[in-house]
Amino acid sequence: MTKRTRNWLLLAPAGAWFLVMLIIPLTVVFIFSFGERAPSGGVVLAFSFEQYSNLPARWTAFKNTMTLAPIGTLLALLIAYPLAYFLAVKVSPKWKIILLVLVIVPFWTSILIRSYAWIFLLGGRGIPALLDMIGIEGVRLINTPFAVLVGIIYGYLPLMVFPIFVSLDKLDKRLLEASSDLGAKSWQTFLQITLPMSIPGIATGCMLVFILLMGEYLIPAMLGGGKVFFVGNALVDLFLQSRNWAYGSAVAVTLVVVMLITVTVYMRLISRLDASREDVSIM
Amino acid sequence: MKLYAVCVYLFLYIPIGIIALFSFNAGRHASQMQGFSVKWYGKTLSNPFVMDALENSLIVAFTSALCASVFGTMAAVALQGIKGPMRTAFDMLIYIAVMIPGIVIGIATLIGLVTVFDQLNPLLAALWPEGFTPPKLRMGMGSLIAAHTMFLMALVVIIVRARLAGMDRSLIEASSDLYAAPMGTFRQITLPMIFPAILAGFLLSFTFSFDDFIIAFFVAGSETTLPIYVFSSIRRGVTPEINAIGTMVLGVSLLLLITAQLLLQRGGHKSR
Repeated sequence: MTKRTRNWLLLAPAGAWFLVMLIIPLTVVFIFSFGERAPSGGVVLAFSFEQYSNLPARWTAFKNTMTLAPIGTLLALLIAYPLAYFLAVKVSPKWKIILLVLVIVPFWTSILIRSYAWIFLLGGRGIPALLDMIGIEGVRLINTPFAVLVGIIYGYLPLMVFPIFVSLDKLDKRLLEASSDLGAKSWQTFLQITLPMSIPGIATGCMLVFILLMGEYLIPAMLGGGKVFFVGNALVDLFLQSRNWAYGSAVAVTLVVVMLITVTVYMRLISRLDASREDVSIM
Repeated sequence: MKLYAVCVYLFLYIPIGIIALFSFNAGRHASQMQGFSVKWYGKTLSNPFVMDALENSLIVAFTSALCASVFGTMAAVALQGIKGPMRTAFDMLIYIAVMIPGIVIGIATLIGLVTVFDQLNPLLAALWPEGFTPPKLRMGMGSLIAAHTMFLMALVVIIVRARLAGMDRSLIEASSDLYAAPMGTFRQITLPMIFPAILAGFLLSFTFSFDDFIIAFFVAGSETTLPIYVFSSIRRGVTPEINAIGTMVLGVSLLLLITAQLLLQRGGHKSR
Protein backbone atom coordinates (compact mmCIF):
# COMPACT_ATOMS: atom_id res chain seq x y z
CA MET A 1 0.00 0.00 0.00
CA THR A 2 1.48 3.31 -0.99
CA LYS A 3 1.68 6.21 1.40
CA ARG A 4 -0.85 8.08 -0.69
CA THR A 5 -3.47 5.31 -0.52
CA ARG A 6 -2.90 5.00 3.20
CA ASN A 7 -3.49 8.71 3.79
CA TRP A 8 -6.65 8.61 1.70
CA LEU A 9 -7.95 5.63 3.70
CA LEU A 10 -7.17 7.41 6.97
CA LEU A 11 -9.02 10.52 5.84
CA ALA A 12 -12.03 8.70 4.37
CA PRO A 13 -14.18 8.24 7.52
CA ALA A 14 -13.72 11.83 8.72
CA GLY A 15 -14.24 13.18 5.21
CA ALA A 16 -17.42 11.19 4.65
CA TRP A 17 -18.71 12.19 8.08
CA PHE A 18 -18.11 15.90 7.42
CA LEU A 19 -19.80 15.56 4.03
CA VAL A 20 -22.96 13.87 5.34
CA MET A 21 -23.31 15.68 8.67
CA LEU A 22 -21.98 19.13 7.80
CA ILE A 23 -21.83 20.00 4.11
CA ILE A 24 -25.09 18.36 2.98
CA PRO A 25 -27.15 19.77 5.91
CA LEU A 26 -25.73 23.28 5.44
CA THR A 27 -26.48 23.07 1.73
CA VAL A 28 -30.08 22.02 2.49
CA VAL A 29 -30.46 25.08 4.77
CA PHE A 30 -29.10 27.30 2.03
CA ILE A 31 -31.46 25.83 -0.61
CA PHE A 32 -34.49 25.95 1.71
CA SER A 33 -33.87 29.62 2.46
CA PHE A 34 -34.92 30.39 -1.15
CA GLY A 35 -37.99 28.17 -0.90
CA GLU A 36 -41.57 28.80 0.10
CA ARG A 37 -43.54 27.50 3.01
CA ALA A 38 -45.72 24.54 2.11
CA PRO A 39 -49.27 24.46 3.54
CA SER A 40 -48.40 21.13 5.25
CA GLY A 41 -45.51 22.73 7.13
CA GLY A 42 -42.69 21.61 4.86
CA VAL A 43 -40.85 23.57 2.21
CA VAL A 44 -41.69 23.97 -1.48
CA LEU A 45 -38.49 24.44 -3.40
CA ALA A 46 -38.39 27.66 -5.37
CA PHE A 47 -36.05 30.46 -6.19
CA SER A 48 -37.59 33.39 -4.42
CA PHE A 49 -36.25 36.01 -2.08
CA GLU A 50 -39.56 36.17 -0.27
CA GLN A 51 -38.11 34.80 2.97
CA TYR A 52 -35.25 37.26 2.89
CA SER A 53 -37.58 40.19 2.26
CA ASN A 54 -39.50 39.16 5.39
CA LEU A 55 -36.40 39.41 7.57
CA PRO A 56 -37.39 42.81 9.09
CA ALA A 57 -40.16 40.93 10.95
CA ARG A 58 -37.37 39.53 13.18
CA TRP A 59 -35.49 42.81 13.36
CA THR A 60 -35.66 42.99 17.19
CA ALA A 61 -33.80 39.68 17.52
CA PHE A 62 -31.02 40.89 15.22
CA LYS A 63 -30.90 44.27 16.95
CA ASN A 64 -30.63 42.68 20.42
CA THR A 65 -27.90 40.29 19.23
CA MET A 66 -25.91 43.01 17.50
CA THR A 67 -26.05 45.31 20.53
CA LEU A 68 -25.78 42.92 23.49
CA ALA A 69 -23.13 40.67 21.91
CA PRO A 70 -20.59 43.52 21.39
CA ILE A 71 -21.42 45.11 24.78
CA GLY A 72 -21.05 41.71 26.49
CA THR A 73 -17.74 41.11 24.69
CA LEU A 74 -16.43 44.53 25.73
CA LEU A 75 -17.47 44.09 29.37
CA ALA A 76 -15.89 40.63 29.45
CA LEU A 77 -12.68 42.14 28.06
CA LEU A 78 -12.65 44.94 30.67
CA ILE A 79 -13.09 42.43 33.49
CA ALA A 80 -10.76 39.79 32.05
CA TYR A 81 -7.80 42.01 31.20
CA PRO A 82 -6.70 42.97 34.74
CA LEU A 83 -7.05 39.34 35.83
CA ALA A 84 -5.02 38.04 32.88
CA TYR A 85 -2.39 40.72 33.59
CA PHE A 86 -2.28 39.74 37.25
CA LEU A 87 -1.87 36.03 36.40
CA ALA A 88 0.78 36.61 33.74
CA VAL A 89 2.90 39.30 35.38
CA LYS A 90 2.35 39.30 39.13
CA VAL A 91 1.83 35.67 40.16
CA SER A 92 4.71 33.30 40.94
CA PRO A 93 5.18 30.46 38.39
CA LYS A 94 4.14 27.90 40.98
CA TRP A 95 0.65 29.36 41.39
CA LYS A 96 0.24 30.51 37.81
CA ILE A 97 -0.95 27.22 36.33
CA ILE A 98 -3.27 26.39 39.21
CA LEU A 99 -4.92 29.82 39.14
CA LEU A 100 -5.21 29.73 35.36
CA VAL A 101 -6.83 26.29 35.39
CA LEU A 102 -9.27 27.58 38.02
CA VAL A 103 -10.36 30.28 35.57
CA ILE A 104 -10.69 27.99 32.55
CA VAL A 105 -12.41 25.02 34.16
CA PRO A 106 -15.85 26.68 34.51
CA PHE A 107 -15.92 27.26 30.76
CA TRP A 108 -15.87 23.53 30.10
CA THR A 109 -18.68 22.79 32.54
CA SER A 110 -22.35 22.98 31.66
CA ILE A 111 -23.39 26.51 30.63
CA LEU A 112 -26.94 25.41 31.34
CA ILE A 113 -26.24 24.77 35.02
CA ARG A 114 -24.15 27.92 35.30
CA SER A 115 -26.92 30.10 33.82
CA TYR A 116 -29.39 28.36 36.09
CA ALA A 117 -27.29 29.50 39.06
CA TRP A 118 -28.00 33.08 38.03
CA ILE A 119 -31.76 32.49 37.72
CA PHE A 120 -31.41 31.47 41.32
CA LEU A 121 -29.31 34.50 42.32
CA LEU A 122 -31.10 37.20 40.34
CA GLY A 123 -34.60 35.81 40.85
CA GLY A 124 -37.10 37.23 43.35
CA ARG A 125 -35.61 35.42 46.33
CA GLY A 126 -31.96 36.04 45.50
CA ILE A 127 -30.21 39.40 45.32
CA PRO A 128 -33.47 41.44 45.12
CA ALA A 129 -34.54 39.89 48.46
CA LEU A 130 -31.20 40.91 49.99
CA LEU A 131 -31.58 44.44 48.66
CA ASP A 132 -35.07 44.47 50.13
CA MET A 133 -33.61 43.79 53.57
CA ILE A 134 -31.32 46.82 53.41
CA GLY A 135 -34.20 49.02 52.32
CA ILE A 136 -33.90 49.07 48.53
CA GLU A 137 -37.24 47.79 47.38
CA GLY A 138 -38.83 46.75 44.15
CA VAL A 139 -35.62 45.92 42.24
CA ARG A 140 -36.27 43.54 39.38
CA LEU A 141 -33.17 41.92 37.92
CA ILE A 142 -34.23 38.73 36.17
CA ASN A 143 -35.57 38.99 32.59
CA THR A 144 -33.74 42.26 31.92
CA PRO A 145 -30.85 43.07 29.56
CA PHE A 146 -28.75 43.40 32.73
CA ALA A 147 -29.42 39.77 33.67
CA VAL A 148 -28.50 38.61 30.17
CA LEU A 149 -25.25 40.61 30.32
CA VAL A 150 -24.37 39.10 33.71
CA GLY A 151 -24.99 35.65 32.25
CA ILE A 152 -22.84 36.46 29.21
CA ILE A 153 -19.92 37.73 31.30
CA TYR A 154 -20.20 34.80 33.67
CA GLY A 155 -20.33 32.31 30.82
CA TYR A 156 -17.56 33.68 28.62
CA LEU A 157 -15.08 35.34 30.99
CA PRO A 158 -12.79 32.28 31.02
CA LEU A 159 -12.59 32.29 27.22
CA MET A 160 -11.48 35.91 27.29
CA VAL A 161 -8.89 35.51 30.07
CA PHE A 162 -7.03 32.62 28.43
CA PRO A 163 -5.76 34.16 25.15
CA ILE A 164 -4.88 37.47 26.85
CA PHE A 165 -2.96 35.53 29.48
CA VAL A 166 -1.08 33.63 26.76
CA SER A 167 0.01 36.81 24.98
CA LEU A 168 1.01 38.58 28.22
CA ASP A 169 2.84 35.52 29.48
CA LYS A 170 5.07 35.52 26.39
CA LEU A 171 6.05 39.11 27.14
CA ASP A 172 9.67 39.37 28.24
CA LYS A 173 9.49 40.73 31.81
CA ARG A 174 12.91 42.34 31.38
CA LEU A 175 11.30 44.80 28.98
CA LEU A 176 9.10 46.03 31.81
CA GLU A 177 12.10 46.35 34.13
CA ALA A 178 14.11 48.18 31.47
CA SER A 179 11.25 50.56 30.93
CA SER A 180 10.97 51.45 34.60
CA ASP A 181 14.78 51.66 34.97
CA LEU A 182 14.73 54.23 32.19
CA GLY A 183 12.37 56.30 34.26
CA ALA A 184 9.02 55.49 32.63
CA LYS A 185 6.05 55.72 34.94
CA SER A 186 4.10 52.51 35.34
CA TRP A 187 1.18 53.74 33.20
CA GLN A 188 3.65 54.72 30.46
CA THR A 189 5.16 51.24 30.54
CA PHE A 190 1.68 49.78 30.34
CA LEU A 191 0.54 51.92 27.41
CA GLN A 192 3.75 51.62 25.42
CA ILE A 193 4.82 48.03 26.07
CA THR A 194 2.29 45.83 27.80
CA LEU A 195 -0.87 46.87 25.97
CA PRO A 196 0.56 46.73 22.41
CA MET A 197 2.11 43.33 23.12
CA SER A 198 -1.21 41.92 24.27
CA ILE A 199 -3.24 43.02 21.25
CA PRO A 200 -3.15 39.58 19.57
CA GLY A 201 -4.55 38.05 22.76
CA ILE A 202 -7.26 40.70 23.03
CA ALA A 203 -8.16 40.18 19.37
CA THR A 204 -8.41 36.39 19.73
CA GLY A 205 -10.40 36.58 22.96
CA CYS A 206 -12.88 39.14 21.61
CA MET A 207 -13.39 37.17 18.42
CA LEU A 208 -14.00 33.86 20.19
CA VAL A 209 -16.49 35.39 22.62
CA PHE A 210 -18.24 37.40 19.92
CA ILE A 211 -18.64 34.42 17.58
CA LEU A 212 -20.14 32.31 20.35
CA LEU A 213 -22.45 35.13 21.45
CA MET A 214 -23.85 35.61 17.95
CA GLY A 215 -25.34 32.11 18.10
CA GLU A 216 -26.30 32.23 21.76
CA TYR A 217 -29.64 30.75 22.78
CA LEU A 218 -29.46 29.48 26.35
CA ILE A 219 -28.44 32.65 28.22
CA PRO A 220 -31.20 34.89 26.80
CA ALA A 221 -33.70 32.02 27.06
CA MET A 222 -32.95 31.49 30.74
CA LEU A 223 -32.14 35.01 31.97
CA GLY A 224 -34.07 37.12 29.44
CA GLY A 225 -37.34 35.27 29.95
CA GLY A 226 -38.77 35.99 26.49
CA LYS A 227 -38.26 39.74 26.91
CA VAL A 228 -34.64 39.90 25.84
CA PHE A 229 -34.14 37.52 22.93
CA PHE A 230 -31.38 36.85 20.43
CA VAL A 231 -31.43 35.47 16.88
CA GLY A 232 -30.89 32.04 18.43
CA ASN A 233 -34.19 32.32 20.27
CA ALA A 234 -35.95 33.38 17.07
CA LEU A 235 -34.48 30.31 15.35
CA VAL A 236 -35.73 27.92 18.04
CA ASP A 237 -39.16 29.51 17.75
CA LEU A 238 -39.20 29.22 13.95
CA PHE A 239 -37.99 25.62 13.79
CA LEU A 240 -39.48 24.00 16.87
CA GLN A 241 -42.67 25.99 17.51
CA SER A 242 -44.04 27.62 14.35
CA ARG A 243 -42.24 25.15 12.06
CA ASN A 244 -41.56 27.66 9.34
CA TRP A 245 -38.49 26.00 7.85
CA ALA A 246 -38.08 28.22 4.81
CA TYR A 247 -38.17 31.45 6.79
CA GLY A 248 -36.06 29.92 9.59
CA SER A 249 -33.44 28.88 7.03
CA ALA A 250 -33.27 32.44 5.70
CA VAL A 251 -32.76 33.74 9.25
CA ALA A 252 -30.02 31.13 9.86
CA VAL A 253 -28.22 31.96 6.59
CA THR A 254 -28.43 35.69 7.43
CA LEU A 255 -26.97 35.04 10.88
CA VAL A 256 -24.00 33.14 9.42
CA VAL A 257 -23.42 35.79 6.73
CA VAL A 258 -23.58 38.66 9.24
CA MET A 259 -21.16 36.72 11.43
CA LEU A 260 -18.71 36.08 8.59
CA ILE A 261 -18.79 39.73 7.48
CA THR A 262 -18.25 41.01 11.02
CA VAL A 263 -15.37 38.60 11.62
CA THR A 264 -13.70 39.43 8.28
CA VAL A 265 -13.96 43.20 8.83
CA TYR A 266 -12.72 42.75 12.37
CA MET A 267 -9.72 40.66 11.28
CA ARG A 268 -8.81 43.29 8.68
CA LEU A 269 -8.91 46.01 11.30
CA ILE A 270 -6.82 44.03 13.74
CA SER A 271 -4.15 43.07 11.21
CA ARG A 272 -3.89 46.71 10.18
CA LEU A 273 -3.58 47.68 13.83
CA ASP A 274 -0.88 45.15 14.44
CA ALA A 275 1.01 44.22 11.30
CA SER A 276 3.25 41.71 13.03
CA ARG A 277 0.35 39.79 14.49
CA GLU A 278 1.11 36.32 15.80
CA ASP A 279 -1.44 33.57 16.05
CA VAL A 280 -2.57 32.66 19.51
CA SER A 281 -3.86 29.17 20.03
CA ILE A 282 -7.36 28.70 21.37
CA MET A 283 -6.64 26.20 24.11
CA MET B 1 -4.63 43.87 42.14
CA LYS B 2 -4.75 40.85 44.38
CA LEU B 3 -8.07 41.98 45.80
CA TYR B 4 -9.44 42.34 42.28
CA ALA B 5 -8.36 38.80 41.40
CA VAL B 6 -10.01 37.47 44.55
CA CYS B 7 -13.24 39.24 43.56
CA VAL B 8 -13.21 37.70 40.08
CA TYR B 9 -12.64 34.22 41.52
CA LEU B 10 -15.50 34.80 43.95
CA PHE B 11 -17.69 35.91 41.03
CA LEU B 12 -16.77 32.72 39.15
CA TYR B 13 -17.25 30.29 42.00
CA ILE B 14 -19.94 31.71 44.33
CA PRO B 15 -22.86 30.89 41.99
CA ILE B 16 -21.62 27.32 41.58
CA GLY B 17 -21.04 27.11 45.33
CA ILE B 18 -24.57 28.28 46.09
CA ILE B 19 -26.05 25.62 43.81
CA ALA B 20 -23.97 22.99 45.59
CA LEU B 21 -24.95 24.36 49.01
CA PHE B 22 -28.66 24.38 48.25
CA SER B 23 -28.56 20.87 46.88
CA PHE B 24 -28.06 19.77 50.49
CA ASN B 25 -31.12 21.69 51.61
CA ALA B 26 -33.47 19.73 53.85
CA GLY B 27 -36.47 21.95 53.08
CA ARG B 28 -38.60 21.69 50.00
CA HIS B 29 -38.13 25.32 48.96
CA ALA B 30 -35.37 25.89 46.49
CA SER B 31 -34.26 29.20 47.94
CA GLN B 32 -34.53 28.83 51.69
CA MET B 33 -31.91 26.82 53.54
CA GLN B 34 -33.58 24.63 56.16
CA GLY B 35 -31.03 22.23 57.55
CA PHE B 36 -28.64 19.79 55.92
CA SER B 37 -29.73 16.64 54.13
CA VAL B 38 -28.84 14.47 51.17
CA LYS B 39 -32.44 13.53 50.49
CA TRP B 40 -32.60 15.40 47.17
CA TYR B 41 -29.77 13.28 45.88
CA GLY B 42 -31.73 10.18 46.86
CA LYS B 43 -34.87 11.52 45.19
CA THR B 44 -32.97 12.47 42.06
CA LEU B 45 -31.24 9.13 41.75
CA SER B 46 -34.51 7.26 42.14
CA ASN B 47 -36.37 9.42 39.59
CA PRO B 48 -36.79 7.18 36.51
CA PHE B 49 -36.95 10.19 34.14
CA VAL B 50 -33.61 11.50 35.40
CA MET B 51 -31.99 8.08 35.23
CA ASP B 52 -33.32 7.52 31.71
CA ALA B 53 -31.99 10.91 30.56
CA LEU B 54 -28.66 10.22 32.29
CA GLU B 55 -28.35 6.86 30.55
CA ASN B 56 -29.03 8.46 27.16
CA SER B 57 -26.50 11.21 27.83
CA LEU B 58 -23.83 8.72 28.85
CA ILE B 59 -24.42 6.51 25.79
CA VAL B 60 -24.31 9.51 23.42
CA ALA B 61 -21.25 11.05 25.10
CA PHE B 62 -19.29 7.80 25.18
CA THR B 63 -20.10 6.71 21.63
CA SER B 64 -19.55 10.09 19.99
CA ALA B 65 -16.35 10.78 21.95
CA LEU B 66 -15.02 7.34 20.97
CA CYS B 67 -15.88 7.72 17.25
CA ALA B 68 -14.52 11.28 17.23
CA SER B 69 -11.24 10.20 18.87
CA VAL B 70 -10.66 7.33 16.45
CA PHE B 71 -11.62 9.11 13.19
CA GLY B 72 -10.20 12.44 14.33
CA THR B 73 -6.82 10.90 15.18
CA MET B 74 -6.75 9.02 11.86
CA ALA B 75 -7.42 12.28 10.01
CA ALA B 76 -4.85 14.22 12.05
CA VAL B 77 -2.14 11.64 11.33
CA ALA B 78 -2.95 11.62 7.61
CA LEU B 79 -3.08 15.41 7.42
CA GLN B 80 0.44 15.50 8.84
CA GLY B 81 1.69 13.76 5.71
CA ILE B 82 -0.18 15.50 2.90
CA LYS B 83 -0.20 18.89 1.23
CA GLY B 84 -2.16 20.44 -1.58
CA PRO B 85 -5.90 20.79 -2.22
CA MET B 86 -6.92 17.84 -0.02
CA ARG B 87 -5.31 19.44 2.99
CA THR B 88 -6.81 22.85 2.23
CA ALA B 89 -10.23 21.20 1.91
CA PHE B 90 -9.89 19.53 5.31
CA ASP B 91 -8.65 22.72 6.94
CA MET B 92 -11.74 24.43 5.56
CA LEU B 93 -14.05 21.69 6.87
CA ILE B 94 -12.58 21.91 10.35
CA TYR B 95 -12.78 25.70 10.27
CA ILE B 96 -16.44 25.57 9.21
CA ALA B 97 -17.30 22.95 11.86
CA VAL B 98 -15.79 25.11 14.60
CA MET B 99 -16.98 28.50 13.32
CA ILE B 100 -20.64 27.80 12.54
CA PRO B 101 -22.72 28.41 15.70
CA GLY B 102 -23.97 25.26 17.45
CA ILE B 103 -27.55 26.33 16.91
CA VAL B 104 -27.07 26.47 13.13
CA ILE B 105 -25.41 23.03 13.20
CA GLY B 106 -28.43 21.74 15.12
CA ILE B 107 -30.92 23.25 12.67
CA ALA B 108 -28.98 22.10 9.61
CA THR B 109 -28.72 18.55 10.95
CA LEU B 110 -32.42 18.50 11.77
CA ILE B 111 -33.75 19.64 8.42
CA GLY B 112 -30.97 17.95 6.43
CA LEU B 113 -31.59 14.55 7.99
CA VAL B 114 -35.39 14.85 8.01
CA THR B 115 -35.29 15.69 4.29
CA VAL B 116 -32.98 12.76 3.52
CA PHE B 117 -35.03 10.38 5.69
CA ASP B 118 -38.23 11.46 3.91
CA GLN B 119 -36.66 10.34 0.64
CA LEU B 120 -35.16 7.14 2.00
CA ASN B 121 -38.08 5.80 4.04
CA PRO B 122 -40.45 5.09 1.07
CA LEU B 123 -37.49 3.56 -0.74
CA LEU B 124 -36.73 1.26 2.18
CA ALA B 125 -40.39 0.34 2.47
CA ALA B 126 -40.48 -0.55 -1.23
CA LEU B 127 -37.31 -2.63 -1.05
CA TRP B 128 -38.26 -4.52 2.09
CA PRO B 129 -39.68 -8.03 1.62
CA GLU B 130 -43.43 -8.18 2.11
CA GLY B 131 -44.77 -9.25 5.46
CA PHE B 132 -41.95 -7.61 7.41
CA THR B 133 -42.20 -4.14 8.91
CA PRO B 134 -39.63 -2.01 7.13
CA PRO B 135 -37.23 -0.01 9.32
CA LYS B 136 -38.10 3.65 9.63
CA LEU B 137 -35.28 6.16 9.83
CA ARG B 138 -36.02 8.95 12.28
CA MET B 139 -34.35 11.47 14.53
CA GLY B 140 -33.11 10.06 17.83
CA MET B 141 -30.00 8.76 19.55
CA GLY B 142 -28.38 7.81 16.24
CA SER B 143 -28.72 11.24 14.69
CA LEU B 144 -27.54 12.89 17.91
CA ILE B 145 -24.44 10.69 18.08
CA ALA B 146 -23.68 11.43 14.42
CA ALA B 147 -24.04 15.20 14.93
CA HIS B 148 -21.87 15.25 18.05
CA THR B 149 -19.22 13.07 16.40
CA MET B 150 -18.99 15.49 13.47
CA PHE B 151 -18.31 18.49 15.70
CA LEU B 152 -16.03 16.62 18.13
CA MET B 153 -13.94 15.17 15.30
CA ALA B 154 -12.92 18.73 14.44
CA LEU B 155 -11.93 19.28 18.08
CA VAL B 156 -9.88 16.05 18.24
CA VAL B 157 -8.10 16.86 14.96
CA ILE B 158 -7.09 20.26 16.36
CA ILE B 159 -5.78 18.81 19.64
CA VAL B 160 -3.94 15.82 18.12
CA ARG B 161 -2.44 17.95 15.35
CA ALA B 162 -1.03 20.41 17.90
CA ARG B 163 0.63 17.43 19.61
CA LEU B 164 1.96 15.99 16.32
CA ALA B 165 3.39 19.38 15.37
CA GLY B 166 5.28 19.54 18.68
CA MET B 167 6.68 16.05 18.21
CA ASP B 168 10.31 15.27 17.57
CA ARG B 169 10.38 14.22 13.90
CA SER B 170 13.87 12.76 14.19
CA LEU B 171 12.54 9.73 16.08
CA ILE B 172 10.21 8.85 13.21
CA GLU B 173 12.99 9.35 10.67
CA ALA B 174 15.35 7.21 12.75
CA SER B 175 12.74 4.49 12.95
CA SER B 176 12.23 4.37 9.20
CA ASP B 177 16.00 4.60 8.59
CA LEU B 178 16.27 1.45 10.68
CA TYR B 179 13.82 -0.21 8.26
CA ALA B 180 10.79 -0.28 10.56
CA ALA B 181 7.55 -0.78 8.65
CA PRO B 182 5.34 2.35 8.63
CA MET B 183 2.79 0.56 10.81
CA GLY B 184 5.54 -0.45 13.25
CA THR B 185 6.79 3.14 13.48
CA PHE B 186 3.24 4.30 14.10
CA ARG B 187 2.56 1.73 16.82
CA GLN B 188 5.86 2.06 18.63
CA ILE B 189 6.77 5.73 18.20
CA THR B 190 3.91 7.95 17.07
CA LEU B 191 1.03 6.41 18.98
CA PRO B 192 2.69 6.40 22.43
CA MET B 193 3.71 10.02 21.92
CA ILE B 194 0.31 11.31 20.85
CA PHE B 195 -1.67 9.05 23.18
CA PRO B 196 -2.01 11.64 26.00
CA ALA B 197 -3.43 14.10 23.46
CA ILE B 198 -5.90 11.50 22.13
CA LEU B 199 -7.05 10.67 25.65
CA ALA B 200 -7.38 14.35 26.53
CA GLY B 201 -9.33 14.86 23.30
CA PHE B 202 -11.59 11.97 24.27
CA LEU B 203 -12.25 13.40 27.73
CA LEU B 204 -12.92 16.92 26.43
CA SER B 205 -15.22 15.46 23.78
CA PHE B 206 -17.05 13.42 26.38
CA THR B 207 -17.56 16.48 28.58
CA PHE B 208 -18.69 18.57 25.64
CA SER B 209 -21.19 16.00 24.41
CA PHE B 210 -22.46 15.33 27.93
CA ASP B 211 -23.07 19.05 28.55
CA ASP B 212 -24.38 19.96 25.10
CA PHE B 213 -27.89 21.30 25.07
CA ILE B 214 -28.43 23.21 21.85
CA ILE B 215 -27.53 20.55 19.26
CA ALA B 216 -29.40 17.87 21.21
CA PHE B 217 -32.43 20.15 21.49
CA PHE B 218 -32.86 20.02 17.71
CA VAL B 219 -31.46 16.63 16.83
CA ALA B 220 -32.51 14.23 19.60
CA GLY B 221 -36.06 13.74 18.28
CA SER B 222 -38.25 12.41 21.08
CA GLU B 223 -35.30 11.23 23.18
CA THR B 224 -34.33 13.16 26.32
CA THR B 225 -30.77 13.82 27.41
CA LEU B 226 -29.85 15.16 30.84
CA PRO B 227 -29.40 18.80 29.72
CA ILE B 228 -32.77 18.66 27.90
CA TYR B 229 -34.39 17.26 31.05
CA VAL B 230 -32.81 19.98 33.22
CA PHE B 231 -33.82 22.72 30.77
CA SER B 232 -37.44 21.63 30.70
CA SER B 233 -37.61 21.28 34.49
CA ILE B 234 -36.17 24.79 34.91
CA ARG B 235 -38.98 25.97 32.63
CA ARG B 236 -41.44 24.39 35.06
CA GLY B 237 -39.84 26.11 38.06
CA VAL B 238 -36.78 25.99 40.26
CA THR B 239 -36.60 22.88 42.46
CA PRO B 240 -33.96 21.45 44.78
CA GLU B 241 -33.76 18.46 42.45
CA ILE B 242 -32.15 20.63 39.76
CA ASN B 243 -29.57 21.76 42.33
CA ALA B 244 -28.68 18.15 43.05
CA ILE B 245 -28.42 17.22 39.35
CA GLY B 246 -26.39 20.39 38.69
CA THR B 247 -23.96 19.64 41.49
CA MET B 248 -23.43 16.09 40.28
CA VAL B 249 -22.96 17.19 36.65
CA LEU B 250 -20.46 19.88 37.67
CA GLY B 251 -18.63 17.41 39.89
CA VAL B 252 -18.24 14.85 37.10
CA SER B 253 -17.16 17.49 34.56
CA LEU B 254 -14.56 18.88 36.97
CA LEU B 255 -13.13 15.41 37.53
CA LEU B 256 -12.85 14.69 33.78
CA LEU B 257 -11.38 18.14 33.06
CA ILE B 258 -8.70 17.90 35.68
CA THR B 259 -7.75 14.47 34.31
CA ALA B 260 -7.58 15.87 30.76
CA GLN B 261 -5.47 18.80 31.96
CA LEU B 262 -3.03 16.52 33.77
CA LEU B 263 -2.73 14.29 30.70
CA LEU B 264 -2.00 17.21 28.39
CA GLN B 265 0.62 18.54 30.77
CA ARG B 266 2.34 15.22 31.39
CA GLY B 267 2.33 14.55 27.67
CA GLY B 268 3.91 17.94 27.14
CA HIS B 269 6.76 17.26 29.55
CA LYS B 270 7.57 13.82 28.17
CA SER B 271 8.32 15.08 24.69
CA ARG B 272 10.76 17.75 25.81
